[in-house]
Amino acid sequence: MVELLLPKNSKVGKGRHHPAPAGATNVKRFKVYRWDPEGDGNPVWDTYDLDTTTFGPMVLDALIHIKNSVDSTLAFRRSCREGVCGSCSMNIGGRNTLACTHGWEEVPGKEIQISPLPHMAVIKDLVADMTLFYAQYASIEPWLHTSTPEPQGEWRQSEDDRAKLDGLYECILCACCTTSCPSYWWNGEKYLGPATLLQARRWLVDSRDEATGDRLDALEDPFKLYRCHTIMNCAQVCPKGLNPAKAIGEIKEMLVERVV
Amino acid sequence: MSTNSKSSAYRTALGRARGLGSAKSGVGRFIGERVTSVALIFLVIWGVWSALTLARGGYDGAVQWIGSPVNAVLLLLLAIVGFYHMQVGMTVIVEDYIGKPTTKALLLMANAFACWGGMALTIVCVLKVALIGGGS
Repeated sequence: MVELLLPKNSKVGKGRHHPAPAGATNVKRFKVYRWDPEGDGNPVWDTYDLDTTTFGPMVLDALIHIKNSVDSTLAFRRSCREGVCGSCSMNIGGRNTLACTHGWEEVPGKEIQISPLPHMAVIKDLVADMTLFYAQYASIEPWLHTSTPEPQGEWRQSEDDRAKLDGLYECILCACCTTSCPSYWWNGEKYLGPATLLQARRWLVDSRDEATGDRLDALEDPFKLYRCHTIMNCAQVCPKGLNPAKAIGEIKEMLVERVV
Repeated sequence: MSTNSKSSAYRTALGRARGLGSAKSGVGRFIGERVTSVALIFLVIWGVWSALTLARGGYDGAVQWIGSPVNAVLLLLLAIVGFYHMQVGMTVIVEDYIGKPTTKALLLMANAFACWGGMALTIVCVLKVALIGGGS
C-alpha cells in the first residue's frame, strides 16, 4: 500500500561525522545511511570526508576505503567489482545503481548520498533484504521446461532464435530496476516487479521451452503482471542498459495474441 | 492483510511470492482499456466540437440535434465508453494505492456504482430526449 511518509522507526537522523585526515587536499563528502539491527535506534546519516587521492574512481572504492581505513563497522555487499554479480546495488545520489561501476565523480552535488535500495527491509547499513525478490524470481521457474524426451545432445536452437534472448539473459538480478519501481513499492508482495518479469520473458521467448502457455497462465494476473504501468524507471536505472518495461510490454502482447 | 492471505513468520519466501496464485485474468481489462482509449480520442473530439456548435443553437436546437439518430448513437457511445473507461481507470488507481481489503472493496464498489449509475442515467436522458423530445 502506498506510504507517503516514512514510518517512525525509519526516519533518518543525523549520525557521526568523520573528518578528513590532516593534510588532505582533495576532499569529497560521502553521506552514508547507517542502521544497526542490534541497537534500538533509528537509522542515521553518517558523513565521511574522504581524501579522494587515496582510493579508486568508483563509489565502491570509496566504501571499501571507509571500511578499511575509517570505519570498519560499515556493512555493504560486494563481490565481483566489475558489474557482473549485482551484489553492490544501492541508491547513490538518488539513483539505484551498482557501486562498482558508478564513478563518484559522476555523482552531481557537493556530497554523495548513499543509501540501501529503496523500499526494501534493511538488514544492516547498506544491506537490503533480498529474500522476497529472489523468491519472486524462483516463482517463475527460471529453467527450461520440456515434455519431449531429452535429445542425445543438446537442445538445439537457431542463431535467430538465440538472438531473441539478447537484452534479456544479461540481467544480473541486482534489483536496481525492481526497487526503483513505484508499483513494486506499493504492491511488492503481489507484483512480480521488472527484474522477475524480464526473466519471465526470457523463458517465454526461448524457442526450446515447451511451457509457454503455462508460463503465460501463471503471469496473467492483475497484480503479478498488470501492475506495470510503464513508468520506465526500470529502464532508466538498469546498470546493464536493459529495458524491462519493453520485456513486460512484450509479455502483455503475447497474452493479447493468445486471445485475439 | 486479507483473511485468505497466510501471514506467518514461518511462511517460506517462495510461499509468499506465489501467494494465492494467478487470477488467470487481466488481459480482457487490458484490451478494454486500450480499445476504449482509442475510441475516446474520436468520441471526445466529436463531443467537444458538438458542444461548441450546440452552444449557438439554444434549447430547441439541442433537442433537435439529439433527435438525429447519428448524434444520439454517438452520444450514447460517448457515455458508455467514457464511463466504462473511467471505471477501469479508477479501479486500477484504487488497486494501486489502497491496500486495506475493506477500504479497497468499499471504494471499488462505490466506483462501480458511480460509473454504472452515471452511465445508466445518461443513457436514459439521451433516449428520452431523442425519442420523446425535451421537457421535464
